Amino acid sequence: MLSRLASTALGAATLAASFSAPAHAETTLRALFMAQAAYSEADVRAMTEGFTNENPDIKVELEFVPYEGLHDKTVLAQGSGGGYDVVLFDVIWPAEYAANNILVDQTDKITDEMKEGVLPGAWTTVNYDGKSYGMPWILDTKYLFYNKEMLEQAGIKAPPKTWEELASQARTIKEKGLLDEPIVWSWAQAEAAVCDYTTILSAYGGAFLNDAGKPVFQTDGGLEALQYMASTMENGITNPNSKEYLEEDVRRVFQNGEAAFALNWTYMYNLANDPEESKVAGKVGVVPAPGHEGTSKVSAVNGSMGLGVTTTSEHPDAAWDYITYMTSQPVQNEYAKLSLPIWKSSYEDPKVTDGQEELVEAAKQSLAAMYPRPTTPRYQELSQALQIAIQSAILDMASPEEALSEAADNSGL
Amino acid sequence: MERRSLAASIFVYGAALVMSLVILAPVVWLFLMSISSSADLSARPLHWWPQEIDLSRYGELVSLVSNSAGEAFLASLRNSLFVSGLATCGALLVAIPSAWAVSRTPRVQWSLYGVIATYMLPPVSLAVPLYMGLAHLGLLNTITGLALVYLTILAPFATWLLKTGFDTIPQEIESAAMIDGARLDQTMRLVTLPLAAPVLATTALFAFLLAWDEFFYALLFTADQRAKTVTVAIADLAGGRVSDYGLIATGGILAALPPVLIGLIMQRAVISGLTTGGVKG
Amino acid sequence: MSSAWITTRAWLLMLPLLIVMVAVVGWPMVDTVRLSFTDTRLVGTGGEFVGFANYTKLLTSRAFLGALENTALFAVFSVAAEMTLGVLAALLLDQQFRGRAFVRALMILPWALPTVVNAMLWRLIYNPEYGALNSLLTQLGILSEYRSWLGEPGAALWAIVAADCWKNFPLVALIALAALQAVPRDIKAAAIVDDAGPFARFRFVLWPYLAGPLTIALVLRTIEAFKVFDIIWVMTRGGPVNSTRTLSILVYQEAFSFQRAGSGASLALIVTLIVTVFAAFYIAMMRRSGSRA
Repeated sequence: MLSRLASTALGAATLAASFSAPAHAETTLRALFMAQAAYSEADVRAMTEGFTNENPDIKVELEFVPYEGLHDKTVLAQGSGGGYDVVLFDVIWPAEYAANNILVDQTDKITDEMKEGVLPGAWTTVNYDGKSYGMPWILDTKYLFYNKEMLEQAGIKAPPKTWEELASQARTIKEKGLLDEPIVWSWAQAEAAVCDYTTILSAYGGAFLNDAGKPVFQTDGGLEALQYMASTMENGITNPNSKEYLEEDVRRVFQNGEAAFALNWTYMYNLANDPEESKVAGKVGVVPAPGHEGTSKVSAVNGSMGLGVTTTSEHPDAAWDYITYMTSQPVQNEYAKLSLPIWKSSYEDPKVTDGQEELVEAAKQSLAAMYPRPTTPRYQELSQALQIAIQSAILDMASPEEALSEAADNSGL
Repeated sequence: MERRSLAASIFVYGAALVMSLVILAPVVWLFLMSISSSADLSARPLHWWPQEIDLSRYGELVSLVSNSAGEAFLASLRNSLFVSGLATCGALLVAIPSAWAVSRTPRVQWSLYGVIATYMLPPVSLAVPLYMGLAHLGLLNTITGLALVYLTILAPFATWLLKTGFDTIPQEIESAAMIDGARLDQTMRLVTLPLAAPVLATTALFAFLLAWDEFFYALLFTADQRAKTVTVAIADLAGGRVSDYGLIATGGILAALPPVLIGLIMQRAVISGLTTGGVKG
Repeated sequence: MSSAWITTRAWLLMLPLLIVMVAVVGWPMVDTVRLSFTDTRLVGTGGEFVGFANYTKLLTSRAFLGALENTALFAVFSVAAEMTLGVLAALLLDQQFRGRAFVRALMILPWALPTVVNAMLWRLIYNPEYGALNSLLTQLGILSEYRSWLGEPGAALWAIVAADCWKNFPLVALIALAALQAVPRDIKAAAIVDDAGPFARFRFVLWPYLAGPLTIALVLRTIEAFKVFDIIWVMTRGGPVNSTRTLSILVYQEAFSFQRAGSGASLALIVTLIVTVFAAFYIAMMRRSGSRA
């Protein structure tokens, strides 16, 4: 058993944990996760069981909340003197969490194996201002999913490479009468809409903030991105209900065969290909989100999430051991169906690639292109201003220019 | 009663029919969703009557397999039952003496209006200090902690309802018992409370339903199977990773069953409670 | 027994209630008032005294005015609809017809349904793709194509008002019905013999009995409506384009999502103040009915 573990990146951490075990005998850790996208609740429970089997003196209590509750529960607990030892956090929160001293700075705990082995894009999830506040865990971005059968029926040879091409293919499908509104997105007033917007913004070479930290998304690529979104709505190629959809609605529509294209996270691939859940199993194609001629080949948003230890934790070492276990390569490779590993070499491991070669192929390109949402302690306010701008533009309540300049004024930056 | 013209009769029956439909349709639809196959639920136009009946979701949500969704849902039903039950008992315990005091001593009545006025406070305004307080006492994510908070929602109502009940019991009966040498607690137990039994039942019913309905505090103050109540479990179902509307509907049916059954069985108590001014939101 | 002892005894009997209320409601309230004059953040730094800065900033902010407008619209229309439908339903149930007991029992159903379940139920009904409402209206030929009820800023608030109304009009109906049944039969009969028209009969015979209970119901429902949180949280979370963001939702965002506990507290107190106006009214009503009893 020892020799198997020692051969993995996990080895060091687990050994350290077992040597220091007496120091935290009968320790109980409380961990906060989300019940949405990426690893399923069952996966997280099984992974955790693996950890507690190896560390019988540590108990881990898990809590799952919807993504929308993750941030609020974390800060509320922290504001009241703590409660969680380990929290899952979204890539957009480290700045705010660092400013408010929510997470333990783990920069010294990051070993060279970790630095070498983990994809560079993943690190941006947990780093802020030169410090690391945890380990990346869910490496995720939005991919373009398509219904192979429908594209074939429409005589489309290859999935789109640019956003313009996506629009024209969708128009073809619409004109052939295969579907009235071929594309579905998650454009409800929520973070999901900002993720879609970021993806397109990155394709058009836009930026959120300039070097001085002032908003520039209302110009150039940022503006073009929203113009594109509004135009697909106006042309009737976007499912108009996208305006009230979150990721799960997108999946439902896509797997019922009511969309030819959908932008969604990694987890949709294997669920939409599961005949028990989906009517389009076996027909699901996945490629990186398109690019824009002259500025990009593919586009992607950094939608990753990391695990960190709270500053109020009484067992920061045990908590960190748990995190290193959860993020270790063998564990991640074992559960690679709903979320892909953070480790470079995993993408060559048949355990990971088998049965999802297409997804892994798309991931290789997308993960390298991941574009970050702005890092600012006041991200939540900026995000809400953007959500309103996106919705007013797609609902035709304001022109994209007006909507975005108002968002820039209201962003609090 | 007065005699109606034929037209008036038709109108009355027609209106009654329409109203029954309006009330029944959404609930019946919820039930149908819970037993329809997912194919029926995603058909367009909808299959109003399921082509095949699928009861599997009830099995999925009511299950004792450890670490399953069913176990978690059952736990949330159990938590709701305990929290509501505990809060109701606690509320009656503090409300009975106060209601009696207010009923028999009008001079202290103003304090009851003060207590009832807390009903105006939106729960969000108390959430942060309450969270900190519960955390300090180690009562977060416990049935006791949540029941304690609920107690403060239920007690003012309970006191008011009981007071109006006690008001109708003639003081002379109590005085007679006292003259015979009964202590206050004996008088209460042997004379007043038995006479007030119907009001007590009504009060308990309202308190229980009020607690069962609560969502906001439960959302913030509970975390997992140890204390999460069914209203939060429902919101999680609707907001989390569930692509099957039937499962969400099943959760709704199961969460609604206890209060609806209690309400229907105790109709008389509901109506007498409503007329005394206890109004569940 | 001396009257001093009776009063003392009354206070002693009320002590448990008062202790619990002070500990669980009074103290947090005082703390909220204190917070509202500071720039305390939910986590970490801050906590300086800032006077009325939070209040002045909020009262002029568009977010507050928007939320106030949404809340007022929700309260006025949901309560008005509930009262009207409730009274009409009660008038109907006051008639004699076969199956009356059954219909009256039905009224308990929406009332007993938990608010969160009601919200979820209507979200399913309003679903833009698979919802029952779209399917029904198109099959009846009323709607030519499916609509996104909760996705359109012009429709979402009204959709929620309808859902809230469905749950709460039976409550008003039951209260009104009880009041109507207290009207002595001979008075009702006399009015018919006098050949009073239906409106006159309602105004002069029934209304005197209805007015009291209905006012209490009206005030209570209005307070509830001004505090509305659950149904909106489950149905739209304040979207689309903030068109359903009410005051309670705004307080939640301010205090928890944006971590401005101080400013959130002052907003919460503003909401409390608004509701207190209704509260004063309510207590006056209860005093009147209390002294009558």
